[in-house]
Amino acid sequence: MSNEHSMRRVTAIRNGTVIDHIPSGQAMLVLEMLGIAGATAVPVSLVMNVPSKKMGSKDIIKVEDRELTQSELDRLALVAPDARVAIIRAYSVAEKLTINLGEELVNVVRCTFSNCITTNLREPQAHRLKVVQRDPLQLRCHYCGRPQNLGELANNVL
Amino acid sequence: MAGLITMDDLTNEQILSILDDAERLLPVARGEIYLPLLQGRILGNLFFEPSTRTRMSFETAMKRLGGDVVNLGDVKTSSVVKGETLFDTIQMVDGYTDIIAMRHPRQGAAQYAQDAARVPILNGGDGAGHHPTQTMLDLFTIKQAHGRLEGLKVVLAGDLRYGRTVHSLSHALTRFGCELIFASPDLLNMPEEIVSDLRSHGANVIETEDLYGSMADADVVYMTRIQKERFADEDEYARCAGAYKLHARHLSDVKQDMIIMHPLPRVDEVDPSVDTTRHARYFEQAFNGVVARMALLCRLLGVTVPAKIEGGAL
Repeated sequence: MSNEHSMRRVTAIRNGTVIDHIPSGQAMLVLEMLGIAGATAVPVSLVMNVPSKKMGSKDIIKVEDRELTQSELDRLALVAPDARVAIIRAYSVAEKLTINLGEELVNVVRCTFSNCITTNLREPQAHRLKVVQRDPLQLRCHYCGRPQNLGELANNVL
Repeated sequence: MAGLITMDDLTNEQILSILDDAERLLPVARGEIYLPLLQGRILGNLFFEPSTRTRMSFETAMKRLGGDVVNLGDVKTSSVVKGETLFDTIQMVDGYTDIIAMRHPRQGAAQYAQDAARVPILNGGDGAGHHPTQTMLDLFTIKQAHGRLEGLKVVLAGDLRYGRTVHSLSHALTRFGCELIFASPDLLNMPEEIVSDLRSHGANVIETEDLYGSMADADVVYMTRIQKERFADEDEYARCAGAYKLHARHLSDVKQDMIIMHPLPRVDEVDPSVDTTRHARYFEQAFNGVVARMALLCRLLGVTVPAKIEGGAL
């Protein structure tokens, strides 16, 4: 099945953002991380587990009438570091964005260590996870220094 | 430098230079010479967890150098029980003091406080995390006994899982090329991430349950208490408690200059029969807490310790 066929499973959007090459099964989490899960004012289309030459299978999200910002997209580095993002205007790709992991994830997720100072949700300073290694991804909490369990991190999205 | 949160905040050169300062400050720590290097400065002691030696030695260090100390006091009667965040507490104490010594049950609390503070923070222990001022006094004690830190064989024994003292110390010893032997009951092994961290920094690490068999050619045996308060499960504690009971009779085949250290308090892991042997160093080690912290207070407050300290006896 062609890539174009996968993209066409849902209607093309006039204006908005398309996020392609999301690892299979992660689309719901991506929506959650972008704060557009559940009831939202904008139409969102989502296809999951469609065939992909590059990835075997993948998820795709289309968000209508909303252009996601670079900083919003950078939050996805944790779950979809290789996702491709296109800003659509008048049915055409107006801009292509890539997700940038950066050196540190600030206020994206909470540390997974149960005795970290940041588990007190009333503490006001930013949640900070440092990128120690990119491939495979390794993160450490800026405060307690504990290496992070990537599986558990998905439950700690802010 | 800002504060001292982990030993990574100090280079090896800085460590050795602070230990040299500490050496020169010994007569001041003993009260033989009065040297008010820190007159007019105030230390804030924030101990959110019980402490005897660390809190008292910080206070003694500050007062021996002519400085003053304000204490958070009992956490149960402070604003912490009213739900004050650490951030807010630090904002307040930051305004009252020139430097803060802090112990907190949560890991990462010291770094968190440093990020919130203007004044330097000295980490006096954060959960099972780091305890760098203890490491400095441990290094001072080892250097005092052996004249060097490089290339020694050090056995760390007891609770290596929860013992923050041994976490910080093993990192520091690795930087000085020491050979490390971790002797602990299975449940209290050194955390895997620390062992792999040490190995990735070139450490020669051996893990064993056999403490007594590991002591023969050791230069230092560092004992620790099995900490009841760190166990959620009573049965697990019962399985580990009393795993090691070092007695004078175990010391017949050790090196003459081997020293036995312990961060104290001890329960029964070091029998009092050891106290009178040439190897026991834990009480000197506790005293060294004062001199090491004096040197650290001076360094963090930007006060130079004179190259020569003499006269001015009380």
